[in-house]
Amino acid sequence: MKRFVIKEFLHIFRDIRSMVILFGMPLVQVLLFGYAITNEVKDVHVSVVDPSHDQVTTAIQQRLFASGYFLQGEVLYSQGEIEESFRKGRNKMVVVFDDNFAQKLERREIPSIQLIADASDPNTANLLVNYANGIIAGYNQSMAVSAGGPVIVPEIRMMYNPALKGVFMFVPGIITILLMLVSAMMTSISIAREKELGTMEVLLVSPLKPLHIIAGKVMPYVLLSFINAISILILSHFVFGVPVNGSLALLLAESMLFIVLALSLGIFISTVSNNQQTAMMLSMFALMLPTILLSGFIFPVENMPVVLQWLSAVMPPRWFILIIKSIMLKGTGLAYFWKETIILIVMTLVFILASVKKFKIRLA
Amino acid sequence: MNNAETAIEAKDMVKRFGSFIANDHLTFSVYKGEIFGFLGANGAGKTTAIRILCGLSKPTSGEIRVAGFNVFTETEKIKKHIGYMSQRFSLYEDLTVFENFRFYGGIYGMSRSAIREKTSEMLGKLGITELRNTIIASLPLGIRQKLAFSVAIMHTPEIVFLDEPTGGVDPITRRQFWTMIYEAAASGITVFVTTHYMDEAEYCNRVSIMVDGRIEALDTPAKLKARYEAASMNDVFIKLARNTIEK
Amino acid sequence: MSEYAINCIGLNKRYGKTQALDNLSFSVKQGEIFGFIGPDGAGKTTLFRILTTLLLADSGTASVAGFDVVRDYKALRKILGYMPGKFSLYQDLTVEENLTFFAGIFKANIKENYYLIKDIYDQIAPFARRRAGKLSGGMKQKLALSCALIHKPVVLVLDEPTTGVDAVSRREFWEMLIRLKKEGITIIVATPYMDEAILCDRVALIQHGKILVTGTPSFITGAYPWKLFRVRSNNTLNLISQLKKHPDIHSADMFGEYVHAGTEHGKLNTEAIHAFLEASGTVMTEVSEIPAGIEDCFIDLMRKENE
Repeated sequence: MKRFVIKEFLHIFRDIRSMVILFGMPLVQVLLFGYAITNEVKDVHVSVVDPSHDQVTTAIQQRLFASGYFLQGEVLYSQGEIEESFRKGRNKMVVVFDDNFAQKLERREIPSIQLIADASDPNTANLLVNYANGIIAGYNQSMAVSAGGPVIVPEIRMMYNPALKGVFMFVPGIITILLMLVSAMMTSISIAREKELGTMEVLLVSPLKPLHIIAGKVMPYVLLSFINAISILILSHFVFGVPVNGSLALLLAESMLFIVLALSLGIFISTVSNNQQTAMMLSMFALMLPTILLSGFIFPVENMPVVLQWLSAVMPPRWFILIIKSIMLKGTGLAYFWKETIILIVMTLVFILASVKKFKIRLA
Repeated sequence: MNNAETAIEAKDMVKRFGSFIANDHLTFSVYKGEIFGFLGANGAGKTTAIRILCGLSKPTSGEIRVAGFNVFTETEKIKKHIGYMSQRFSLYEDLTVFENFRFYGGIYGMSRSAIREKTSEMLGKLGITELRNTIIASLPLGIRQKLAFSVAIMHTPEIVFLDEPTGGVDPITRRQFWTMIYEAAASGITVFVTTHYMDEAEYCNRVSIMVDGRIEALDTPAKLKARYEAASMNDVFIKLARNTIEK
Repeated sequence: MSEYAINCIGLNKRYGKTQALDNLSFSVKQGEIFGFIGPDGAGKTTLFRILTTLLLADSGTASVAGFDVVRDYKALRKILGYMPGKFSLYQDLTVEENLTFFAGIFKANIKENYYLIKDIYDQIAPFARRRAGKLSGGMKQKLALSCALIHKPVVLVLDEPTTGVDAVSRREFWEMLIRLKKEGITIIVATPYMDEAILCDRVALIQHGKILVTGTPSFITGAYPWKLFRVRSNNTLNLISQLKKHPDIHSADMFGEYVHAGTEHGKLNTEAIHAFLEASGTVMTEVSEIPAGIEDCFIDLMRKENE
């Protein structure tokens, strides 16, 4: 027994890879979860529609923006502008004040105040609304007690996901994770397997060009991943009622772009790993974890420290999740996320170029 | 040699996998201190038989004793009294020479001091005392093979099983290796060699040749060559295998 | 194209501290079966990978079928047949699917070239629908050879095709190679088995990345410098140590149940050895003079190299 334990320790200490996993992973995990993965929300952009612009609305606004949760967003004037700003993803919540707010209060009428939240991320929306509610309640208390005035009760509207269904948030994330998993991991493993088994040696000695080998390996996975994406969409639409408010064709096209991106990433991983085990590990740690933790799928990017936000910016899933959320939930078109699309296209080109270049025409 | 003590005694050893008979009534004895070659083509049933003899798998029927122990009921005792070496696996490449010795010695319950003593004795015999703390991966194949054999017999087992021990080594190393095997046999360790390389068979005291689950021949290499009018064990084997296929 | 199918001059390849190939030069004639005989780690695989354009040598030049292995690698890859040391087919594809795939990547027509593999493939054809991973060792090797031949290569490179294969399959495999040679295909084959040397037209004995000797098997055995005796006793280890005591005996090596003893020509005969051993009390059953084999030559050349 004892000998066995000693032997196992020696194996681990002499293998740099297991050492890194053993000691590096917990550090990374703790730091990530400690910093990035906070469920609380702060510094979120909130816009305001304030036709009254009197001392009461100003006071409420001051309380809101002094709380530390919210950052002052745009000043909007119409319903159209509100929707536009949501579509563009400029803010997560809009506070709409009634007109003649102070006057109505004086007349003992109850002016309306509306909190409109972007519920494509239902958790965040819920938190924001609760914070705002709390702040307004605080204002009520201080004012009502001193002046004996009426109590202001905010009216709440959840945009894009009125029932606050969690599935609305998870479906885009899961599509992203699955496409990443199937496309990148499967291709990298299948190429690494050919190296491991020695069949790559025979392929290299044949007249096939590197591009042929890569394309041949990738084609089936493009198709399989695409079928995968479609089946997730069908399932989430008909079983969970997730809408596709935007263009279905655009959604599929963007998915295809992401699949190709993931596949080229997979090929890139396979060019730097010599066996299935390495390919698997690299895919897991370089793709899976960041996709889940840093893409904004579960944990909002806005709340991460700047360093992690930068890191998040180079994660393809981050941009893809933004795009599919926009199409499915907000129903917007290319005009609203052409930047994200271009980012994905550039990333794809970079990885394809890098892997064709790195793909060796010889061994070692 | 007929009256000599036996190290392995197999009578009507049968192993079935469903309708497939891997070992079809094998009957043979291996004498103490003998070098016994166990030959056969790929898929003839050698591996199945070895597994049974090492106590790793139970035969379907038969009466089999290894080192005096019953393979049906006393496999733990069998494992304590045998050693095993294969060409594919035997030493941990990322451990040093001594760490390998320490590990295998530990498995067989050898004391710390016994392990240390045995290691220096065996390294001394090989003339590589200075390699004690070298990582296995950095040693040439020939030395690794000799070390693997030393490790397999460091607990002085009654029988050592060698699975294709010298495939691919250079002719000088191979002879040094066989010298070690002869010395082990002379010290009383029974050596059971499985291989399908017929030139290894020439070094054995007696060989059995398996074809399709049965032992088709069992004798000394010289007598087998005479009986089949063959120049080498390779020719003996080919004649035997072809005869059986034609049958 | 020259009369040489393969021509190598001064190949060097180093991995870290190990000199895998040490200034290697040789040439193989058109239509020859050329064997590289040497133990594992001698450099055979490295050499074959350089010849098949998979590796770059540190220095030296090599050409195969008139193509430079570095400059003309694309052209060369079209006419090479290669069987690497590891079983290199898709285990999860059937026999038929493997053959179709390899024909496909070389854009070869199976029907057109079938005559070339007919003898081999007919033996595995009954298992055409079986997955390659489920074939026996001998059959896998036949399938691998079929796949390496289906595009009718000009030069066939076989890295240890007979390792791990039983004696019967090994013999059949060599019978196939000799038939292929008649089709004009140049074959270069690596093997750790000395007994396969006599099946080649010419061989190179290789050790530590160096060629010890090149030539026809009979040329190599003919050049063995010692007179060789075969001695047998009931105690081989004792016999060796006794023989080594004789001042005129240069070497005494185990060969199965025999010991081969080499002496300088003209110094000893069977009677003298017999008398010497008898005087030392060794029980021997046979002393005879024999011609040297490839393995005797290999041992002798290795000793010279080591000195």
